[in-house]
Amino acid sequence: MGKVYNKIESIVGNVITVRATGVQYNELAQITTRFGKSLAQVNKIDGDIVSLQVFAGGQGVSTGDEIRFLGREMRVSFSEDLLGRIFNGSGEPRDKGPALTDNMKAIGGPSVNPTKRILANRMMRTNIPMIDMFNTLVVSQKLPIFSISGEPYNQLLARIAMQAEADVIVLGGMGLKYDDFLYFKDALSKGGALSKTVMFIHTASDPTVECMMIPDMALAVAEQFALQNKDVLVLLTDMTNFADAMKEIAITQEQVPSNRGYPGDLYSQLAARYEKAVDFADSGSVTVLAVTTMPGDDVTHPVPDNTGYITEGQYYLKGGRIEPFGSLSRLKQNVNGKTRKDHRALMDAMIRLYSSYKETLEKKNMGFAMSRWDKKLLKYGELFETKLMDLSVNLSLEGALDLGWEILADCFEKQETGIKSDLTDEFWPKEV
Amino acid sequence: MSINIGKVISINGNLVSVEFDGNVSMNEICYVKVGDTALKSEVIRIRGNVAQIQVYEMTGGIKCGDKVEFTGEMLSAQLGPGLLGQIYDGLQNPLPILAEKAGWFLERGNYADGLNSEKKWEFTPTAKIGDTLRAGEYIGTVPEGAFTHKIFIPFYLLGTYTVKSIAEKGEYTINDTVAVITDERGREIPVTMSFKWPVKRAISCYSERLAPTQTMETKVRVVDSFFPVAKGGTYCTPGPFGAGKTVLQHTTSKYADVDIVIIAACGERAGEVVETLTEFPELTDPKTGHSLMERTIIICNTSSMPVASREASVYTSVTLAEYYRQMGLNVLLLADSTSRWAQALREMSGRLEEIPGEEAFPAYLESYIAAFYERAGCVRLPDGSQGSVTIGGTVSPAGGNFEEPVTQATLKVVGAFHGLSRERSDARKYPAIDPLISWSKYQSVIEQKKSEYCKKILNVGNEIDSMMKVVGEEGTPIEDYITYLKSEMLDAVYLQQNSFDLVDANTGTLRQRYVTDKLITVLGSEFALSNKDDARAFFNRMRQRFIDWNYTEFKSEAFEKAETSIDALYSEGQGKLSKEIENLLEEGE
Repeated sequence: MGKVYNKIESIVGNVITVRATGVQYNELAQITTRFGKSLAQVNKIDGDIVSLQVFAGGQGVSTGDEIRFLGREMRVSFSEDLLGRIFNGSGEPRDKGPALTDNMKAIGGPSVNPTKRILANRMMRTNIPMIDMFNTLVVSQKLPIFSISGEPYNQLLARIAMQAEADVIVLGGMGLKYDDFLYFKDALSKGGALSKTVMFIHTASDPTVECMMIPDMALAVAEQFALQNKDVLVLLTDMTNFADAMKEIAITQEQVPSNRGYPGDLYSQLAARYEKAVDFADSGSVTVLAVTTMPGDDVTHPVPDNTGYITEGQYYLKGGRIEPFGSLSRLKQNVNGKTRKDHRALMDAMIRLYSSYKETLEKKNMGFAMSRWDKKLLKYGELFETKLMDLSVNLSLEGALDLGWEILADCFEKQETGIKSDLTDEFWPKEV
Repeated sequence: MSINIGKVISINGNLVSVEFDGNVSMNEICYVKVGDTALKSEVIRIRGNVAQIQVYEMTGGIKCGDKVEFTGEMLSAQLGPGLLGQIYDGLQNPLPILAEKAGWFLERGNYADGLNSEKKWEFTPTAKIGDTLRAGEYIGTVPEGAFTHKIFIPFYLLGTYTVKSIAEKGEYTINDTVAVITDERGREIPVTMSFKWPVKRAISCYSERLAPTQTMETKVRVVDSFFPVAKGGTYCTPGPFGAGKTVLQHTTSKYADVDIVIIAACGERAGEVVETLTEFPELTDPKTGHSLMERTIIICNTSSMPVASREASVYTSVTLAEYYRQMGLNVLLLADSTSRWAQALREMSGRLEEIPGEEAFPAYLESYIAAFYERAGCVRLPDGSQGSVTIGGTVSPAGGNFEEPVTQATLKVVGAFHGLSRERSDARKYPAIDPLISWSKYQSVIEQKKSEYCKKILNVGNEIDSMMKVVGEEGTPIEDYITYLKSEMLDAVYLQQNSFDLVDANTGTLRQRYVTDKLITVLGSEFALSNKDDARAFFNRMRQRFIDWNYTEFKSEAFEKAETSIDALYSEGQGKLSKEIENLLEEGE
C-alpha cells in the first residue's frame, strides 16, 4: 500500500477527492502539504473517486499535493505508558514526550455484547455531596452535565477527576479553550492525579476533523484499560462541540440535514460513544461523564435532547451549583439502598424540604407574611445551599449525611421532617 | 438457483452499490466479502445492473471490486420450538451464542442460527395419514415450557396438501423430518419442525380477522380503567426523555395478562436490557407458575449496534409475535422505541439521496408505520381458536414535542394513545400518562360511564386549577375548590401507582372495579365542609387512607381494615351521595 497519488480532483472545506483504486472504506492516508504532513480518512468511495476528510483541514492544500494511502484504519497505541501523557486528535503527543506506536488498537470498535454486561451496582464516590448523596454516580453509568456557557463545568470535571474513586481517568477535550486546557493540566498535576490520567485534547484552534476523533480515541483507550480489570472514568468536554464538528463535515459533504442542520444520524453517533460505558462481567468498567453545553439554555436543542434519550440521567449545572430538581441519576436506586440505611430517607426528606423552601421563597418575594414554619424553611434553605450545594464543599458521603442531619436538627423538630421515627431516633444529633 | 455474484462499485457509510449480472430481487439478502468475513446486507434499491444494499455491519475496510454473493432469499426469521426465553439481536442471532464465539464484543460477520438444531423435542402427531391440510394448519405439537407449540405446514406453501406419512410420537430435533406431505400434483414435500419466513411480510394463514374487543389487562390502573388497550389492539406511548416510558413498558411486560411477551429493545440503552435479563429469570409468571423468562423473547438491538439491523429488528419481533399468535396465543409486542426505527429509515433515506419529507424523514414514513401497526390484530385460526398480537410502541419525540412526524404518523393508526408529560414526571407523578391528552378507542375494564365520570372530574379539576392560578385561592368558590381537591385526590390515589411496589403495581380488574366504585362514591358526595382549610385537611386525610388501601393485598384483612377506615372518615365528613351518582353506581351492578 505504498502507492502515491498527486492529483487532487476537488477540495471543498476539509474534504478532498482523489482518483484512486484499491482503497478501503475508512482507510487512513497521509497528505503532504506545504505546511507538513497530515492524516486524512476515507469517508466515501464512488467508483475510483475517493473522498477524504483531512485532519489538518483543507486550508493550503494544493491540487498537486502528495497523498499516500496507509492501508489501515485509525488506531491508537495502548499501554501503561499512556498514563500521564497528552495527545491530540490524531494521536500525536501534545506534551514533549515520545510518540507511542506499539500495540496499536483500532478505535470506534464494535459494541459490547449485552449478555456480557452486568447490572450497574457499584457506587463511584466523588466526595461532592450533590452527587454522592443526592444523585449518586454509579460505576458504568453514562451521564451528561447539562450546562450553559460560562458555568464552571470544567472546574467541576477537574475536581471529579481528582477525587473520583477510579483507577484510570481519561480526559477528552473537544474545542477546549487553550486556557481551559492549561487549567486541566495544572489542576491535575497539582492534585496529583496526572499520573493516572490520559488526555486527548483538541483545542478550539485545532482542525475540526480532529475534534471528531477525540471521543473515539478516549473511549478506545478506556475500553482497553477496562479489559485489564481497571475502573476507568472518562470525562468528555464538550460534546456539543463534537456534534457541531459532525454537522460541519456533514454539510460540507452535502448531506441532507434533519434538525437545525445536524445530520440525521446524530442520535446514533452520540449513542455509539455513550454506549461504550460498560461494566464487564469479570473485568473492569468504563464510566462516562460528558459536559454538554446547551445553546441558549435550551434543553430541547438537538444535542442535549438526543443526549437525554441516550444517557442514564443528567446533572444540571446552573448558577454554579448542581441543581437538585432537574438532575437525575437513573441508576442511583441500584446503589443507595446499601450505603447507609438513612441515605434514601434523608435524601428524600431534604429534597422535599428544599422544594418547600423554594415555594416559600417565592411567596416571600411576592411580599406575603412569613409564618413560623416559613422562617424555619428559609433558614434551612440557606444552610442547605451554603453547606451542601456549594460546589466547593468536599465531604465524604458519610460526612455529608451527618451534616444533613445537623442541618435538619438546626432548623426543625424531629417530627417536622417527615422521616420515619426509628431513623430520627438513631441519627438525630444529640443536644450538646 | 446458481449463486449470483456482484462486485462493489461505491461505498457511502453503510450503503454500498453493487454491480451484478443476472437477476436480483428487492430485499434479497447478500453478503459482502471483506477478507475472511462476509457481511450480511439487504438489497434496498435496484437500478439497471446496479443494486444498492444496506450493510447490517460496520463497513470499514470494504474496497471497490470486493465480491458480493447474492443468496436469492429475503431476510427471514427461523420459526420453530425454542424461540421462547431467547435473547436475539435484530437479525435473530442469539446473543449468548455470539458471546461464546466472539467474547466481549459483537464482532462483525459473526452469525449464528436462531434455533438450537441439536435439542430434541417431544413430538406428538395430531394429523393422520390422508388428512388434507393447508398452510397454517398443524400436524403435531411439542411442549415448549408451559405452552403447547404447534408444528405447522409451512406458511409459504400455497394450496392444499395431503399427509403421506407422519412420524411416531417421540423425540426429534427441529431438522428431522416429522411428516411428508404431497401437493395437488403428487410432489412430495418433507416437513420439519422449523421453517423460515421473510420478516417484512405479514403472516396471513388465518380464517378471518376479528375486531379487538377483549381488554388486555396491564394492571396499570390509569391504562385499564381510563385508556385501555384491547388484545389485538395497538397503542403508543410518546414522551420526553425521563418521563418513564421504559419503566412503564417494563411494568407492562411483567404484569400484562397475555401468554407471551416479546420485547423489542430497538435503539435504546443496553443497560435496560441487562436489567430485564437479570430480573426476569427470577420472577414467576402468575399464569403458568414458570419463570417469567419462559414467556418472553427479547430482541435487542441497542443504540450502538448497527443501524440497518435496528430497522430489521422491529420486523423480526413482529414476525415472531405472529408465529405464536398462530398457535392461538395472545402475544404482546413491546417496541422501545419506534422513533429509533424511524431514524434508521431516515439515515438510509438520506444516503439514498431521496427527497426528504418533514424533518428529513422519508416520504414513506407514514405508510411504513401504518403497515407495522397493522400487523397487530385478533384473528380466528383455521382450527377455530383465536389468537392475537397486541403492539405497544414507545415514541421518543424530539424535544418532547408531539407535533413531530413520527408521533403524528403513529397517532393516525393506533387505537390508544398514552401521552406522557414532562410536567407530571417532574412532579414525580408516575406513571406520567397525562389524562388530559390521552385517549383510547377500546373497552375499559370498568363501566364506560364510570370511566367517563372520572375523566370529567379530572378535566373540570384542571380547569379550576388554571382558574385558581389567576384569581388565587381566595377568589375561588368553595364548591369549585372542593371539586379541585377531589380531582387531585383521584389523581393521587388512582392514576398514580408505585411500579416498584409488588401489590400496588399489580392492580387486577376486580380490584379496579371495586376501588373505583368506592372512589366514585367519595367523588359524587357532598360533605359538611364549611371552609377551604377544613376541606383541604379532609381530602388530605381521605387521600392518605386510599393510598394505604392501595398497598394492601386485595380482600385481605388489612384491605378490609383500610376500607373500614375510609368508610369511617366518609361518615365523619357526613358524606351524602348525590342521586345521579347513586344511579350511576347502581347501573353497573
